[in-house]
Amino acid sequence: MSDYIAIRSRVIKVAFAAAFLIIIAQLFNLQVLSGKYSRMADDQAIYRRVVYPSRGLVFDRKGKVILDNTTLFDLVVIPSQLKGVDTSFICRIFNIDTAEFRKRIVGAIIKNGRYQPSVFQGLLDDSLYARLQERLYTIQPGFDLVERPIRKYPYNGAAHIFGYLGEVDPRFLEKHADEGYKMGDYTGLTGIERSYEKVLMGQRGIQYWLRDKMNRPTQRYEGGKFDTAMVAGSTLHSTIDIELQMLGEKLMAGKVGSLVAIDPQTGGVLAMVNAPTYDPNLLTGSQRRAQFSKLYSDPALPLYNRSITGEYSPGSTFKTLQAVIGMQEGVITDSTGYPCTGRYNGCGNGKPGCHGAGHSPNLKSAIAVSCNSYFAHVFRLIVDQQRYGGVDSGIAVWGKHLADFGLGHRLGVDLPGEKPGLIPDAKRYVKTFGPKWNSCNVVSVAIGQGEVNSTILQLANAIAMIANKGSYFTPHIIDSIDGGDKFGLLDPYKKRIKAADIPDHMFESVHEGMDAVVQGPTGTARRMKIEGVVMCGKTGTVENYFKGKKQRDHSFFAAFAPRKNPRIAIACIVENGGFGGTIAAPIVSLMVEKYMNDTISKARLEWVERYSNMKIMPAKIQAEIIKRDSMRRLAEIQKMQKALEKQKQKPAEKVPSLQTMNRLPKGRLPQQPGTPKAQPSLVWLYEPLRYFVSNPPKTGRAS
Amino acid sequence: MNPCAILFPTHQKPEEHPDFNMAHQSPIIKKGVNWGIIWLYLALVFIGLISIFQVEYQPDMDLVKSWTGLQTNYSKQLLYLSICLIMGMFILITDSKFFSATANLLYVLGILLLIATFFVGKSVGGSRSWIPLGFMNLQPAETCKIFVALALGKYLGQLETDFRKPQAQLIAVAIALTPAIFSILQNETGLALVYFAFFIPLYREGLPAAYLISGISGAILLVAAILIEPDTLLIVLSVLAVLAFFLLRSKIRKNKTILLLIAGVWVLGIGIQRIGVPYIFEDVFQPYQTERIMSMFGKDYMPQDSLKAAAFIREKQKQGKVKDGEKQENYNVKQSKIAIGSGGFLGKGFLKGTVTQGQFVPEQHTDFIFTAIGETFGFWGSTLVALLYFTLLMVIIKAAERQRSVFSRVYAYSVASVIFFHVVVNMLMTMGLAPIIGIPLPLLSYGGSSLLTFTILIFILVRLDADRQMVIR
Repeated sequence: MSDYIAIRSRVIKVAFAAAFLIIIAQLFNLQVLSGKYSRMADDQAIYRRVVYPSRGLVFDRKGKVILDNTTLFDLVVIPSQLKGVDTSFICRIFNIDTAEFRKRIVGAIIKNGRYQPSVFQGLLDDSLYARLQERLYTIQPGFDLVERPIRKYPYNGAAHIFGYLGEVDPRFLEKHADEGYKMGDYTGLTGIERSYEKVLMGQRGIQYWLRDKMNRPTQRYEGGKFDTAMVAGSTLHSTIDIELQMLGEKLMAGKVGSLVAIDPQTGGVLAMVNAPTYDPNLLTGSQRRAQFSKLYSDPALPLYNRSITGEYSPGSTFKTLQAVIGMQEGVITDSTGYPCTGRYNGCGNGKPGCHGAGHSPNLKSAIAVSCNSYFAHVFRLIVDQQRYGGVDSGIAVWGKHLADFGLGHRLGVDLPGEKPGLIPDAKRYVKTFGPKWNSCNVVSVAIGQGEVNSTILQLANAIAMIANKGSYFTPHIIDSIDGGDKFGLLDPYKKRIKAADIPDHMFESVHEGMDAVVQGPTGTARRMKIEGVVMCGKTGTVENYFKGKKQRDHSFFAAFAPRKNPRIAIACIVENGGFGGTIAAPIVSLMVEKYMNDTISKARLEWVERYSNMKIMPAKIQAEIIKRDSMRRLAEIQKMQKALEKQKQKPAEKVPSLQTMNRLPKGRLPQQPGTPKAQPSLVWLYEPLRYFVSNPPKTGRAS
Repeated sequence: MNPCAILFPTHQKPEEHPDFNMAHQSPIIKKGVNWGIIWLYLALVFIGLISIFQVEYQPDMDLVKSWTGLQTNYSKQLLYLSICLIMGMFILITDSKFFSATANLLYVLGILLLIATFFVGKSVGGSRSWIPLGFMNLQPAETCKIFVALALGKYLGQLETDFRKPQAQLIAVAIALTPAIFSILQNETGLALVYFAFFIPLYREGLPAAYLISGISGAILLVAAILIEPDTLLIVLSVLAVLAFFLLRSKIRKNKTILLLIAGVWVLGIGIQRIGVPYIFEDVFQPYQTERIMSMFGKDYMPQDSLKAAAFIREKQKQGKVKDGEKQENYNVKQSKIAIGSGGFLGKGFLKGTVTQGQFVPEQHTDFIFTAIGETFGFWGSTLVALLYFTLLMVIIKAAERQRSVFSRVYAYSVASVIFFHVVVNMLMTMGLAPIIGIPLPLLSYGGSSLLTFTILIFILVRLDADRQMVIR
C-alpha cells in the first residue's frame, strides 16, 4: 500500500515538474530563440515622430515678410488601429467610396507600414478640418490630425521668385540620399525654395515616443536619448522690393511678357515680374494637385518664369551694347556720325530700313533716334576689321564682348532653370549661308534682331552694366542669410565683374543718348519723363511672325535711373505690345517712378489703371487655347458617341445619330438618359477665340 | 529533494529548534509553522504588487499618494493584502479542529452563496458571479475552492469512507464538481475548469489512474489538434505508439490485449485529430464559435468550405470586424506574446516595458500579469517566478505527505492542485499554449477575491501542517 502511495505521490511531482518544464521551454522559445516579438513590440510601441521645422522666412529689402509659414492639418491613418473606426464617416466626408478607401489604406501600409502613421489626406482646408475635428473622437485612434506647416504668401505674388514646394520623388531621394529626406517630405522644386533649399529647410528633428494602445504618445523613449533636435530654417533677406514687385505684376496683368529690375550697385533683383503669373497660395493647400495641373496645362504657361527662361530678340535696346563694343574696338568714338536716311545702303539692298531722321551727327543722337543704319554700320565696322583678318574671327571678337556683358550664357542668378540666350558665332552662319558669308548677311543682329537672343534678366543686367560704366554684379534675389552663409551660396554675388574697359566719357555719351530717348525732344520715349528723376532708356520694337504671318511687334524698353549714381536698371518686354514706347516704356516708367519716388504722382495714377487693364494675348497662345479646347471637345464627342452606341444596343430607344449631333449648335449636345452628363455649355471655351477675331493683332514696323 | 531545505534549513524540523518551548507558549506563532510556505507566499505577493504597479505606472505621479490613495489597483491590492494578512493571522490562532468540524457546514454555505449570486449577483465583465460586499466584490466560485478542499478532506478522512468503492469515488467527484456546474451556469467556464484540479488529490487517494490519464491525454490531444499541424501530430502520435510498444514489449509478450489497447488508443487519437476535431469545428460549431475557440490560442480561423468562408467574411464585414484583412479576435494572445517575447533574456528593466507602459495587453493587471514580468524581467525573471511556484508546490506536497491525518493530507494536495492548475494554465495561456479561459495567476494577479482565496487556502494549510502529528477528522 505504501509503495503504491509513494508511486502516486511521485507521479504527481513528476507531472508538476513536466508542466513547469513546458512553461520554461516556451519562455525560452519566446524570449530567447524568437527575435520577432522584440521587433513587433518596437513597431507598435515606439513612435518615430518627425518634427518638421518651419521653413525659413524671406524678407524683402525693406524688412517686410514676403514668404511666411502657416499651419494646416494632415489627416493621418495608422492602419493597425482601424478597428471600430467609423469609416463610412470618412468616406462621406471625403466623398470617396469603399474601394478608394481601401486603396488608400493599402497605399499607407506599403508606404510606412501597419503601425506607423501615413498621410490619408494631406493639407485639409478649413471646413474639412472643422468637420473632422468635431467628430475626431469617433475616428481615433485609427485616424488623427497632425500639424503640417505650409507656406503662406502674404502678398499673393512673386510666385516665380519663390517657386513652389512639392513632395520628393524616388529620383530625388536617390540623388540626395544623405540629406535625410524620406518619402512624403516636401522640398523646394523651383525658385529660391529650390536654390536655397539647404538653408530654408532647416533640420528635421526626430523624437522617439512611447505610445499606448490608443496610439497616444505617452512619454519619451529612454528619456529622449535617441532624439535629434529640430533646427528651424534660416531667414533669408532678399533684395526684392515687394511693393515694386506687386506694382509690376499689376501693370503686366493680362499680357504676356516679363520685367526685371536690378539694383546696379549690388546686382540685387528689385522686381522680377512674369506675365501671366499665378497666386502662389494656390499651390499650398489641399487643392494643390488640381490647381497645379490646371496651371500646368494652361497654354499661356503661367508656371513659366519668362524672365530667365524666355529668350527674345532684344531689339533696339541692343544698340546700346553695340555702341559700347564699337568704342572698345576703337572703330567709332562718341563723336562718330552716320547718315540716317531711312535705309542702310552699306549692303546695297537698303536693309535694315528705318524711319528716316536725317543725319545722326554723333553717337548720342544715333541712340536717341534709334538709327538702324548707324548701328548696322558700326556692326560691320567691328566684324570686318582688318586686324582680325576676316568676318569669322571678327564675329568671334564681337561675341566675346557680348559674353563679357553677360549675354549668350547663363548669368548664374540664384534661381534654377535659367536659359543662356544666344549670341551667334561663325559656325552657325557658315551653316546657314555657306563658308562665304559676310557681314551683310547678318547685319540685322546689329539692331538686336535675327539670331540674337537674350533673356530679360540678361538685358536688365546689361543695362546695369552700362549704368555702372562697365561693371556689374551677378543678379541675385537673396543677399544675406541669418546665421551666416554656411554653404557659400552667396559667394558668387559678392564680387564685381569688370565687363567693358573704355573711358567713362564714352559711357557718358551712351548715357546721354539714352537720356535723350526719354528727356530729349525727339526721343522715342519722350512721353515717359518722370518728375524729379533723370531716366536713361532705350526702346525696342521687335518684329515677329506666327505661322508665316507677321504679328504685332514685341514691345521692349530698357532703362536705368537716375543718370548719376544709378539705383535701378530695368528691362521689360510685352509680347505683341506694339512699339517700345507704346506699352513697355510706360510700364517701366511707372516702375522707376515708384522705386525712385516711393509713390506715383497723381497725374500718372490713371496710367496705372490704363496699362494694367490692357489685355494682349499673343496669337500663338490663342491658337494653343483653341487647339486644347477643340481637343477636349473632340474627346467629349467621342465619349458621348460611345455612350450612345451603348444605348443603341438597347432597342426601342430613339437616339440621334452622330450626323444629327454634328448639326446641332456647337457646344450643346443632347443629353441622353444614361449618358454621362455633358458640360451644360462649352461656349465659354470659345470666348478667347471670339476676342481674337474681334481684336485682330495690328501689324507694325521695326523702329 | 526538498527545495525548502535549501532555502530554509533551520525550519526543517521546528520541534528541534531551541525556541521550541518558547514558541509553544506563544498562542499565535505556533510550533511547527512552515515558514518556507509563508516566505514563498510573501515573495510572490510582493512580486505581484510591483507588477501591478508597473502596469499602471505613470512617470509623473506622486508615489506616496498613489500607493496610499486607493485610487490605483496596486494600492487597493495593498489594502487587500493587509486584510489577507490579518485573516491569515486569525487562521493561525484558530484551532485546527475548527476547520474539519465546520468543513461540511462551510461547503453548504459555499453552495448557498453560489446559488445566491443568481439573485443578488452583480455583473462584472459579462458574468454574473459576484456578490458586492461594499469594500470589495466577492466571487463565490472563487472562494468555494476552499470549501471544496475542506469538504473533500473531511469526506475522505472519515473512518467509514472506503475510497476503493466506486460509490465513495462518485461522492468525492460530486463534492468536487458541484461548484463547477454552478460556475458554468454563471458563464465562468474558466473557474469551473479549476475544479477538475481536485482529481489530483483524489488520484493520490486511490482514484484509478485511468480516469486522470485519459482525461489529461484527451485534453492535450484536443489542444494539440488545434495547435499542431495535422501531419506533424500524426507523426508524434505514431512515435508515441511505437515508444509505448517498445517500453511495454515484455508485458505484451505475456498479454496481447495491451498491444490491442495501444493500437486502439492510436487509432482513436488519429481519429479524433483527423476526423473528430475538424468535424466538430467545421460542421457542428458555427464558424464564429470555432473562431472564438481558435482565437483563444491566438490562431486565425477561416472555414474550409469556400461557400461558408465567403458567408463568414460577409458576416464579419457587416459587423465591421475585418479591416484590411486583419482580424482582431486574437488580439489578446498576440499582445501577450509580444510582451513576453520582447523581454528577451534579461528583460527591458523595471518600469521600462514598452508594451506594458503602452497598455497594449488587455487585462494585464489581472489575468495577464505574467506578461509584465516577462517583458521587464525577461527570461531569467519569468523562470524565477515559475520556479518559485514550483518550489511552493513541492513544499506543499512534502508537507502533505508528512500529515498524520487524511483530512490534512487531502486538503494539502487540494491546495497544491488548485495552485498548480491556476499557475500552469495561466502561464501557458499568456504564452499562447492554452486557451484564454480567464483564470488569475495565484497571489500575483490583481483581485481581492483571488488573493483572499489563496491566502486562506495557504494559511489553513500552514495551520494544519503545524498540527501534523494530530489526528484531525
